[in-house]
Amino acid sequence: MGALSAVRLLVWKDLLLELRTKEILTGMVVFALLAAVVFNFAFSPSPAQAAALLPGMLWVTLAFAATLGLSRSFVLEREQQCLEALRLFPVERSLIYLGKAAANLLFLLLVAALILPAMAALSGIALGSRLLPLAAVLLLGGVGLVAVGTIFSAMSVHTRIREVLLPVLLFPIASPVLIAGVKATAGILAGWPLRAVLPGLRILGAFDLIFLVLGYLVFEFLLEE
Amino acid sequence: MRIRPDRVAALTWLGLALAVGGQFAALLYAPEEATMGNAQRIFYVHVPAAWVAFLAFAVVFAASLGYLFTRRRRYDLAAWASTEVGVVFTTLAILSGSVWGRYAWGTWWSWDPRLTTTFMLWLIYVVALMVRAYGGAGGQASRFAAVLGVIGFLDIPLIHLSVVWWRSLHPLPVVVRPEGFGSGLHPAMLQALLVNVAAFTVLYVALFSVRRRQMATADVLAELKDDELRLAAPRWAAGGQEVPS
Repeated sequence: MGALSAVRLLVWKDLLLELRTKEILTGMVVFALLAAVVFNFAFSPSPAQAAALLPGMLWVTLAFAATLGLSRSFVLEREQQCLEALRLFPVERSLIYLGKAAANLLFLLLVAALILPAMAALSGIALGSRLLPLAAVLLLGGVGLVAVGTIFSAMSVHTRIREVLLPVLLFPIASPVLIAGVKATAGILAGWPLRAVLPGLRILGAFDLIFLVLGYLVFEFLLEE
Repeated sequence: MRIRPDRVAALTWLGLALAVGGQFAALLYAPEEATMGNAQRIFYVHVPAAWVAFLAFAVVFAASLGYLFTRRRRYDLAAWASTEVGVVFTTLAILSGSVWGRYAWGTWWSWDPRLTTTFMLWLIYVVALMVRAYGGAGGQASRFAAVLGVIGFLDIPLIHLSVVWWRSLHPLPVVVRPEGFGSGLHPAMLQALLVNVAAFTVLYVALFSVRRRQMATADVLAELKDDELRLAAPRWAAGGQEVPS
């Protein structure tokens, strides 16, 4: 089987599972919307403040929603001994990583596509022409979060304190994503020229590249019995 | 790195002697700094501690790679021992820096790139110790900690880049500079600093060896206990009681 069709098959498996159970996406979406509402209660920002607060609120919400989805991602595999079946899947183990990461990314981007307009509407910010650069930042940041998160999800599912361990592992390592993501988002919302936002995008790109390769290389060590 | 027990003791004494000498040099021999006054003398603890922290985590990185590729327990123990010692010295560097910051900047903490990076570094290796504590039976915890040891070390430059783009408040390097080694310091200050760096490095090697050997001994002890239980099992079973395995 070709690598691409193997990954596609794995993503399709996760999507099908999600279509039937609706466990992961519902949880992530409801959580993200609640977080948006709670942030607006907590800060009750004026329209002027809202633009300054939105980047932080957006990325914190996404990071937490991502951990929700990621922690389910491997729990489901574990509960029914699906990991054993995955190990028997006659492709390179590293492709399982790419498949799981792609499925997780899909869920995260769906949540992002919903929460960005919702947060902008709650704060009274018109997105308009900024939508495209913002989408690029969210895509790059999402890939980073998921690239690291999938490694750590596979790791923490085998430990005694899995719900605690995943965020504790993820946030220090993914801090460049959050820092660069927040700064790039803030720059775009403030109407900076693309040149000023570029350093952040470059960090996000480098992070994505390093951790996708790293995840691809180390995943085999995580799936061993 | 295997060091014989008597040499570890000698190394520890050497490290302590150097540390005492280094602190005397720091307090009495080195001149008072012009703008900071005596508060600057914390530099003789802070810089060596930070140096040892980086050294320790570089050892963790190398040993983690070694463990992942060879699966030898000795690399795993080296990574573990170095993580522990590294976390201790990072904590020391952060605390001493914080005290200095209270004096020089008027605040205990600021989100400056160096400080942020160091704090993230500290978090990553504390989590690595958590993974070891909760990571499950057998080689699994070791494997996970080794993966984290590799990932964490490679992430540090990225964290640094992402926060540098933010702001900077930490003093610039004075020892290793483009103009040459030690060019930013009074010669007596440099000498005092080097004695302290040597002291901390020797102490790191000593602590690392002691911890590594303690862990290896614990391994042997656990194995012996296992053997003893296995040998004792038939005796209990002979009494007519089932022994849950």
